[in-house]
Amino acid sequence: MDFALSEEHRLVQQTARDFATREILPVASQLDAEHRFPAAIVRGLAELGLMGVMVPEEYGGAGMDNVAYVLAMEEVARACASTAAIMSVNNSLVCDPILRYGTEEQKRRYLPVLASGREIGCYCLTEPQAGSDAASLQTTARLDGDGWILNGTKVFVTNAREAWVFIVYARTEPEAGPRGISAFIVERDHPGISVGKVERKMGLLASSTCEVLLQDCRVPRDNLLGARGEGFKVALSTLDGGRIGIAAQAVGIARAALEESVAYARERRQFGRPIAEFQAIQWKIADMATRIDAARLLTLRAAWLRDQGRRCTAEASMAKLFASETAMFAAHQAVQIFGGYGYIKDYPVERYFRDAKITEIYEGTSEIQRLVIARNLLA
Amino acid sequence: MDVVVCVKQVPDTEQPIRVRPDGSGIEEQGLNWILNYYDEHAVEEALRVREKHGGTVTVVCVGPARATEALRTALAMGADEAVHVQDPALEGADHLAVARVLAETIRQLRCDLVLCGRLATDDNASVVGPALAEYLSLPQATAISKLDISDGVATVEREVEGGVEVLQVPLPAVFTVERTINEPRYPTLPGIMKAKRKEIRTLTLQDLGLEPGKVGAQAARVRYSRFDPPPRREAGRVVTPDSPEEGARLIAQFLQETAKVL
Amino acid sequence: MAKDVWVIADHAGGSPRRITLELLGKGRELADGRGGRLAAVALGHPLDGLPRALGEYGADMVLCVEHPHLSSYSTEAYTAVLSELVQQRAPWLVMVPSTAWGRDCAPRLAARVGAGVVTDVEALWVQDGRLWARRPMYTRKVMGTVEYVGDGPHLAVVLPKVFAPAERREGRSADVEAVAVQVPEPRARLAETRSLQRERVSLTEAEVVVSGGRGLRGPENFALLDALAAELGAAVGSSRPPVDSGWVPHDYEIGQTGKTVSPTVYIAVGISGAPQHLAGMSGSKYIVAINKDPNAPIFQVASLGVVGDLFQIVPKLTEEVRRLKAQG
Repeated sequence: MDFALSEEHRLVQQTARDFATREILPVASQLDAEHRFPAAIVRGLAELGLMGVMVPEEYGGAGMDNVAYVLAMEEVARACASTAAIMSVNNSLVCDPILRYGTEEQKRRYLPVLASGREIGCYCLTEPQAGSDAASLQTTARLDGDGWILNGTKVFVTNAREAWVFIVYARTEPEAGPRGISAFIVERDHPGISVGKVERKMGLLASSTCEVLLQDCRVPRDNLLGARGEGFKVALSTLDGGRIGIAAQAVGIARAALEESVAYARERRQFGRPIAEFQAIQWKIADMATRIDAARLLTLRAAWLRDQGRRCTAEASMAKLFASETAMFAAHQAVQIFGGYGYIKDYPVERYFRDAKITEIYEGTSEIQRLVIARNLLA
Repeated sequence: MDVVVCVKQVPDTEQPIRVRPDGSGIEEQGLNWILNYYDEHAVEEALRVREKHGGTVTVVCVGPARATEALRTALAMGADEAVHVQDPALEGADHLAVARVLAETIRQLRCDLVLCGRLATDDNASVVGPALAEYLSLPQATAISKLDISDGVATVEREVEGGVEVLQVPLPAVFTVERTINEPRYPTLPGIMKAKRKEIRTLTLQDLGLEPGKVGAQAARVRYSRFDPPPRREAGRVVTPDSPEEGARLIAQFLQETAKVL
Repeated sequence: MAKDVWVIADHAGGSPRRITLELLGKGRELADGRGGRLAAVALGHPLDGLPRALGEYGADMVLCVEHPHLSSYSTEAYTAVLSELVQQRAPWLVMVPSTAWGRDCAPRLAARVGAGVVTDVEALWVQDGRLWARRPMYTRKVMGTVEYVGDGPHLAVVLPKVFAPAERREGRSADVEAVAVQVPEPRARLAETRSLQRERVSLTEAEVVVSGGRGLRGPENFALLDALAAELGAAVGSSRPPVDSGWVPHDYEIGQTGKTVSPTVYIAVGISGAPQHLAGMSGSKYIVAINKDPNAPIFQVASLGVVGDLFQIVPKLTEEVRRLKAQG
C-alpha cells in the first residue's frame, strides 16, 4: 500500500495548479458573470496537454493516464468549474471513446485536432424524453447508400456551441432498448446538424449547454463509431471514465469552497475574535475537509482501477456520487460560513454553490449512481 | 552556448509556513515543495538563450533526495541534463559552502554562462550567486531584468535605486535573474513524460573531490540557531467616518501626531 | 582579538546616504560595546566632502580609496579593494548597506575573504561574546536568528530603516586615511545608467509610501496617489493586481514577488491585504489603510483603518495635508 503520488503525477498536479492559479482563477468570476467561453484558457490547457491527457503521444496527446487526468481536473475545477466541464467533455466523452472504439483512420483524423485544442468535441446522448433512461432514446440513423441519415433532437449538450466533433447516439435498429443503439462521429460541417437553443442555466455559466438538432443529417458511412448496435456499450464504458472526471471536478469545487472558508474564517471577526475560533465554524470546516479527502481517495482509486484496465463501474459511480454530494455539501457550508457575504456576488462561494449542483445531475444523477452501485451488489 | 542553471527546491511560501514550537525550524509536514520561483525564471531564460543561440541547458541542484523533483520540473520545462549533488555531509552547510560545491560541479561541465535565481524564497539570502561567481573567478551581475548575448558578450540590465544599470559582461559569467526578466513556460504533460525518461546524474562530495570538513556544518561560518514567527502587529483602530472629510482629517491627524511625518 | 566595526558607505554627490547614517548609528553602539573603533570605508572618485561628513556622523576613522575605476559601482573593483582592506586590517564586523550594490558585492567579498555573511539583517547584537543577527525569511513569515561563528571578520548586509541614523555633530572629525590599493580593471563594464524619472523618491528608502491596489480600478486613478505622494514627499507603489493588469510598471510592485519596504508610514489605498502583499510591507512602522470593504484583511494589520470610498477620501486627504503643511 502506498498513497504517495509518483513524481510525474506530482509534476502534472503542480503544473495544473500553477496554470489554474495564475491563468484561470483571476478571471473565473468574470467568465461566470459574462457567460463567456474561455477560449484563450482552453488553448492554454491544450498547450499543456490537458485537452487530451490520455491520448497517446502518437495521436498528439500527452500519453498519460487517468490518475494524471483527475489530478489536473481537480486543480482546474478548483479555479473554474465551467472550464473543468469543457475539459472533461473533450477528454472523457469525446477523445476517450474515439480512442477505445475508433478505427485507426478515425483516430488519425480526430484525435490530433482534439488533443491540440484546435477544435473541441461534445457528447450527444440525452434527449428531451430520454435522460436517466438513456436506452429509450429516439434519434434514428438509417443507411442510405454510402452514408447515414440521422434524425432527432439532443439536449443538454455541453460544448455544442463551440464543438467541431459531435459524438451522437442514435437508434440504428428498429427494436427498442439498448441493443438498437449505435454511436456516430458527426462533424459541425456535415449537412443537417445544427445547434439549437443555448440554455440559460443556474451554474457552469462560462460553458455552453445546447440543444443539437439533426435534420436529415448526412454523415459518411465510415463515421460509425464502434460496431453497429454496440452504441450503448460505448456510452456506458465512456461514462465510467466520464464519471471519474466529474468526481474530480466535484472534488475541485469542494476544495475551492473549503479553501475560501478557511481563509474567510481566519479573517472575519465577530464578537471580538476571528470566527475560526468558534466551534460552530470549526466543525463545519472539519466535516468539509474530511469528506473532501474521502471523495478524493475514492476518485483516485477509480482512476487507478481504470488505468489498470480493470472494471471500475461501481467504483466510478461511488466516486461520482460521493464527490458530487460532497461538493454540494461543501459549497452549502461555505455559503453559511460567509453568511450574507456568501449570498452576494462579491465573493466566489455563491458561484461554487451554483456550480456544485450540476455534478449531482449530469453524467448520471445521484439516483442513477446508487442504482449502478446497488445493481453491482445485488445482481 | 552551454548554459548551467543552479536551482533550489523550496517550500511553497504561498501556503502557510509555521514555525515549530521549539523554534528549531519550520514545520515540514504538509509543505508543498516546489522549484524556487526565481529559478523558474532562470531556467526559462536559459531555454531562451538555447533557442536563440543553440547549445545545451544543464540544471544543477545541491540538496536532499526530495530535490530531484525540482530538477525534474526543470527538465520538464525543457532542460537537457540535470546534476544532483546529494551528500548527508552537506546537512547544515552554509551558503558559501553550497556555492563552493556548485563551483566544483560546474567546473566538470561545459559552460559558457551560469544563471541563478536572484534569491530563494525560503531563506531569501541572495548569497549563492555572487559567491559562486567568486569561486569560479567569473564576472557577475545580480538581479538582472534583461539579457542579450552577441559575440561572446552579454548586455544585461539591472535595476538599482532610482534607475537601471546597463552592463556589458564578457562570457563566461554568472548572472542572477530578477522575476521581471521573463514569463516562465509551464512544464507541459508531454514535457513531463520526456523528463521522466531523462537521467539525473547524482554526485557526492567525494565525486567532486571535496572534503566534508571543508563544506559541511563544521565549516559553516554562520549558523541558524532559532526561528520565530514574525511579531504580531498590534491591531489598530478601524473607523467608519461619517464623511470623506472626516476620514481625511483622521488620517492627516494620525500622520501629524502619531507618525510625525508631517 | 578583532574589535573594529566598519561601515561601507553608500553615498552620492559627496554626501552619505541615509542608510550610511543608520549603519554608523548602529556601528557606533557595537564598536563601543566591543571596545573597538568605528571606521567608515569610502570608495569612489571623487569623494569630495564625504570623508569629512562621515566624521561628523561619528566615524572614528575613514578609510578612503579614490580611483577612476571606483567612480561608479563595479563588483570586481569593489570586491578587490574591500577584500584587500579587510585582509590587511582584520575588522571584527563589516556592515554593508542592503542596496543593489551592497547585495551584489557582500557575498562575493565574503567568499573571497572567507567571512560569514548574513543578508537582510534587521537586528544585530552581542550575547555571550558572540555576534548574532536576526533576519526575515520565507517571505517574512519567519524570523531567523543567526549566530556568527568564530572571531571575524563578519559581514552583515543591513536593511534600510531598521536602525536609527547617527546624529550629525559639526566639528566632530575622523582620522582620514587615504589608502593606496591596486584596483583591477573590471571585466564587466557599465555602459549606461538610465534613471527612472518616475521614481522621484525611491520606494525602498522612502519615509512614507503611498500604495494602490485593485480598488483603484484603472491606471488613470494612480494620479490621485501621485498627488498625495507629492504633498507627503512619498514614494508610490502598488500591490500585484495593478501590475498584472498593466496599470503601473513592474518596479511599483510591493510584496512577495516585488519589493520589500519598511517606511515609517505605509498608506494602503484600495488594497485588500493578501498575505503575498503583506509579506512586502508588514515591516512598516505604521500602516494606514483606506478600503471600502470593512472585512478587508488589511485592516487587521492597520494602525489606522478608514472604511470608505478612496475616490472621495484621497483627494480630501491631499487637501488636508496641504493645509497642515501651510500652517507649518
